[in-house]
Amino acid sequence: MEDDAPVIYGLEFQIHIIDFDDENNIISKSVLQHQAGEIWHISASPADKAVLTTCYNKTSESRVVTCGAVWRMPPEWESGSHESPDDPHNSHNPQNLELLCHLDNSSHGNASCVLWEPMGDGKCVISLADNHALLWDLTESSTQATISSSATLEGKGQLKFTAGKWSPHHNCTQLATANDTAIRGWDLRTMSQIYCIENAHGQLVRDLDFNPNKQYYLASCGDDCKVKFWDVRNINEPVKNLEEHSHWVWSVRYNHSHDQLVLTGSSDSRVILSNMVSISSEPFGHLVDDDDLSDAEDNHQDEKTKEPLQDSIISTYEEHEDSVYAVEWSSADPWLFASLSYDGRLVINRVPRALKYHILL
Amino acid sequence: MDGDINASAPATTPPDSDPARKRRVHGMLKLYYGLNEEGKTVDQAESMDPCDINGPHFDPEVYLNKLRRECSLGELMDQESCMVKQIRSLDSDMQTLVYENYNKFISATDTIRKMKNDFKKMEDEMDCLSTNMASITDFSARISGTLQDQHAQITKLSGVHTLLRKLQFLFELPARLNKCLELQAYAQAVSSHRRARCVLQQYRHMPSFRGIQDDCHAIMDKLAQELRQKFRDGGSSAKDLSECVELLLQLDEPAEELCDKFLSHAQSRLEADLLGLEAELRPPLSSGPTAVTDPYTGPARRLSVEPTAGSPTGPTSLNNPFLFPSLRTDILEFIDRGCNEFVSSLCLVIASYQELFVNRPQEGELASKNIPQMAIGKLHAFVDALATRYFSLVERRIQEEKSVGDNSLLVRALDRFHRRLQAVAKLLPGSAVPSQGTEIVVRAARERIKQYLAALQSFYLNSLTDVRQALAAPRLGGSSAGGGSHLGGPATGKDALASLPELLSTLSASILNQIKSVLASVHLFTAKDITFSNKPYFKGEFCSHGVRESLVVNFIKFVCQSSRQFCESAGDRGGSTPPALLLLLSRLCLDYETSSITYILTLTDEQFLVQHHSPVTAVTALCGEAREAAQKLLNHYVKVQGLIISQMLRKSVETRDWVNTIEPRNVRAVMKRVVEDTTSIDVQVGLLYEEGVRKAHSSDSSKRTFSVYSSSRQQTRYAPSYTPSAPMDTNLLSNIHKLFSERVEIFSPVEFNKVSVLTGIIKISLKTFLECVRLRTFGRYGLQQIQVDCHYLQMYLWRFVSDENLVHFLLDEIVGSTAHRCLDPAPMEQSVIEVICERG
Repeated sequence: MEDDAPVIYGLEFQIHIIDFDDENNIISKSVLQHQAGEIWHISASPADKAVLTTCYNKTSESRVVTCGAVWRMPPEWESGSHESPDDPHNSHNPQNLELLCHLDNSSHGNASCVLWEPMGDGKCVISLADNHALLWDLTESSTQATISSSATLEGKGQLKFTAGKWSPHHNCTQLATANDTAIRGWDLRTMSQIYCIENAHGQLVRDLDFNPNKQYYLASCGDDCKVKFWDVRNINEPVKNLEEHSHWVWSVRYNHSHDQLVLTGSSDSRVILSNMVSISSEPFGHLVDDDDLSDAEDNHQDEKTKEPLQDSIISTYEEHEDSVYAVEWSSADPWLFASLSYDGRLVINRVPRALKYHILL
Repeated sequence: MDGDINASAPATTPPDSDPARKRRVHGMLKLYYGLNEEGKTVDQAESMDPCDINGPHFDPEVYLNKLRRECSLGELMDQESCMVKQIRSLDSDMQTLVYENYNKFISATDTIRKMKNDFKKMEDEMDCLSTNMASITDFSARISGTLQDQHAQITKLSGVHTLLRKLQFLFELPARLNKCLELQAYAQAVSSHRRARCVLQQYRHMPSFRGIQDDCHAIMDKLAQELRQKFRDGGSSAKDLSECVELLLQLDEPAEELCDKFLSHAQSRLEADLLGLEAELRPPLSSGPTAVTDPYTGPARRLSVEPTAGSPTGPTSLNNPFLFPSLRTDILEFIDRGCNEFVSSLCLVIASYQELFVNRPQEGELASKNIPQMAIGKLHAFVDALATRYFSLVERRIQEEKSVGDNSLLVRALDRFHRRLQAVAKLLPGSAVPSQGTEIVVRAARERIKQYLAALQSFYLNSLTDVRQALAAPRLGGSSAGGGSHLGGPATGKDALASLPELLSTLSASILNQIKSVLASVHLFTAKDITFSNKPYFKGEFCSHGVRESLVVNFIKFVCQSSRQFCESAGDRGGSTPPALLLLLSRLCLDYETSSITYILTLTDEQFLVQHHSPVTAVTALCGEAREAAQKLLNHYVKVQGLIISQMLRKSVETRDWVNTIEPRNVRAVMKRVVEDTTSIDVQVGLLYEEGVRKAHSSDSSKRTFSVYSSSRQQTRYAPSYTPSAPMDTNLLSNIHKLFSERVEIFSPVEFNKVSVLTGIIKISLKTFLECVRLRTFGRYGLQQIQVDCHYLQMYLWRFVSDENLVHFLLDEIVGSTAHRCLDPAPMEQSVIEVICERG
């Protein structure tokens, strides 16, 4: 089977769509031109796989402005010829992205990221621009964007959102943002703050992710080399700390189906896959009822003899030579993930087979 | 008759020689009188031969025949003549013997005849005597016959006389008893009564005796009453009392009751003592927590000012001398009073009790055997009950003894307490009291150790606060030494820095002194002249578990732990701990690891002669802990200092508009500040840590590597990077470059030396710089400014690190990344950069 682009990463002005053929272990890519400027953030619509948003730098009159926009990929890329991986320069007539609309934020400053409504119909996005969180409604098959509501971070000094995440829980009415060392939760219905974890990290918070299966659990990472797991009902203390990286942690991601698997990428050039069993939704191995898995599990008896797993580092991936800025799980295969480093190297890895079977069986 | 044979035998055999013949004659005589048994047997053995002329079995026929057969005629003739000669000589011998003895026979016969005459005379006299005697006997029989009647009468009379005297005694007894009662001669009364009691008992069926008995009983009851009264009043001396008891016992009073009474009487007195003691305890308890807490807040201050001296009443009385005038007797006084009043009277009671009930010889019918056992049982219960109360009082008092200033007082008090209980132990061997007392002492000692640990801990924390203050306000410390160097920031900073080693040495010295003084105080518990020091607890467990483990080892652990807490808390709450303190503590922990722990533990072991029966914490384990703490502190120091510089760099990169910056003319001030700060950190660390080892230290390092850095590597990397058509080349080159360089661990543990620490800090700072640069977009002049800044850093930072290539590598990366992020990457001429940097 073929995976749909687990990660789309941007090199200046280009978007590469990487296809990974799992059976033949072949990587192929398509290149799309992104002429508007260098891309700082990218995210794909959950409803339409051809639609994506980017945040990009636009340089005009020796000013650098970061803007957001919604794009549609040309229809040909999917059926188009895949380049062979050993001939990267053979990018004949790269196609352009089709601009659907700008997320015009001239009054609100630089967009740092754009978030799609998780599992939505591709009609709602949130953009974080300086100290504003803007909720956009996309209409007319995403060709028009209007601000439906907004929230502003007030405080002394120049406050600026550095990261955000739209919670998939509570009917997608919550948003978590990071600015400096604080993590804030927002209620999108009233656009008001619901919690604030001051000094969540010793230094800047770089990334956030929601546990897909436990609605109050949140992971964060930052410049203090730590990954912290929070229960937002009790924000005084983190539930768990991970201190495995030796430099800033730039990205943290929960596995979409097995939330004990946590992926982190750091500027110490490492990617670490951790197994946080104790705070996952399956704390003692597989706890699904017998009825549910009667067809899938034949050798169910072995499970009972299994020891509960301890929190542990599953493995450390050191293929990167420079800082790793992004890690992402495949949306198609829960055992596949990719990481991207500064030098443009994309590494695709699999969860170790032994662990995979341990979790499944 | 035999004599005839003998006489005839020698006649037939002539004697050989004179002496032999004589002997033979004597032998014959002897034989005759049966004198010589042995000789006879010998003779017999010799003379069985019938031919032996001298033997008794001599047979003349055989002899003759033998001679005739064996001898010639001549020989026979000779023999014959010889024989004749011998016979003749024997005859003459016999004649002389007969002649010699004849006279004696004559005189003997005379004597016998004379004796016969004398005896006849004597026989007559004896006859006369016997007749006289017979007449005497006759007379005497007649006299005694006449006297017999009178004698019987006299005997009877004397018997009546004694009976009458006894009766008189009996009849007079009530009166006599009364008189005794009046005179209070109880002992006499009792003994009189005892003498009469049996008789009265026996003849009670006779009305008169019954009357006397009743009278006596009435009187004796009265007497017993009086005695009991006296006993109950208790005012009397112990001797009186014991006399009382003795008399009462003799009066068949039930011993059990007496014991009870005696004890209850004693109890009332002892309880008065106890109440007195309790009264001493009470005022401080009722007058609130101030008195109790005061000495508790006191110790740290007092410890720091005056570690060993000082009286325990000091802080309280200082605070409020009028409210509590002499309200607290010190513990020695308290125990003294307890010993003198309670314990000594308890001993007295025990002694007299035992005298009365237990040890007295049981006489006659009183000796119903269970009295001593019963009495001892009662005594034990009594002593136990009272001792429990006494102990609870003592314990309460000991618990109040919280000031740790002067331990000797407590130890002396405990010693006295313990010593006095030994008296009880001697008096009452099976009692649990002394062992309970020992337990109290043990508990007190344990408590004491805990208090000392707490005092040490608070002392440590206080000294840390002092150090903190000294670091925060260096002018106070520096003004005395530094004089007029009030030139603002850098000067005060240097003062603080200069005092770091002093602070360290004073800190460690004061801690060590404190430990020593505490050890000395605790050592009092095991001094030789203290009675309880030879108890097994104080010999073993107190030394090993108490002092070594709970006091010394726990304190060292506490030092390590509290140091580690600095790392943990400070990391999350924004670094409230000054970095210099971290550095200082790290060095302290390291010193502990290398020497102090061993020293302290050796000192302890020597002082307390610890015999490690049970497993104790090993020196190496403690050292490991200290080293871990030192490492953690130093790592944290590096992190904090790195963070400070990082923040500076990050702010400088983030706040600037790098696209629209002007052409660089100077090194930015931030970079100078970074170098300045790094230098001062270098000085600071250098005060406490050794230099450390550098890799590849070249004499003209800056110049040489600079050229490599600028011309060759940088140029080759730049060239393709600003031709957008070939972006892969840049990646390829940088990847190839990275393949050959080692991965840089940014927040990695550092070693205990200056170079390693500085390397850590610089690594963190430059990596931050790198990451920040990558988030920005640069114009042409932005890139050039970064080039200038990096070159400046390059010039100054290489000297601090262990491996200068590391600095080069990171700076390369920074410039390379900037070039990547540059809209118009036109690098500045190397010579221009140099000029700008030289200018500073």
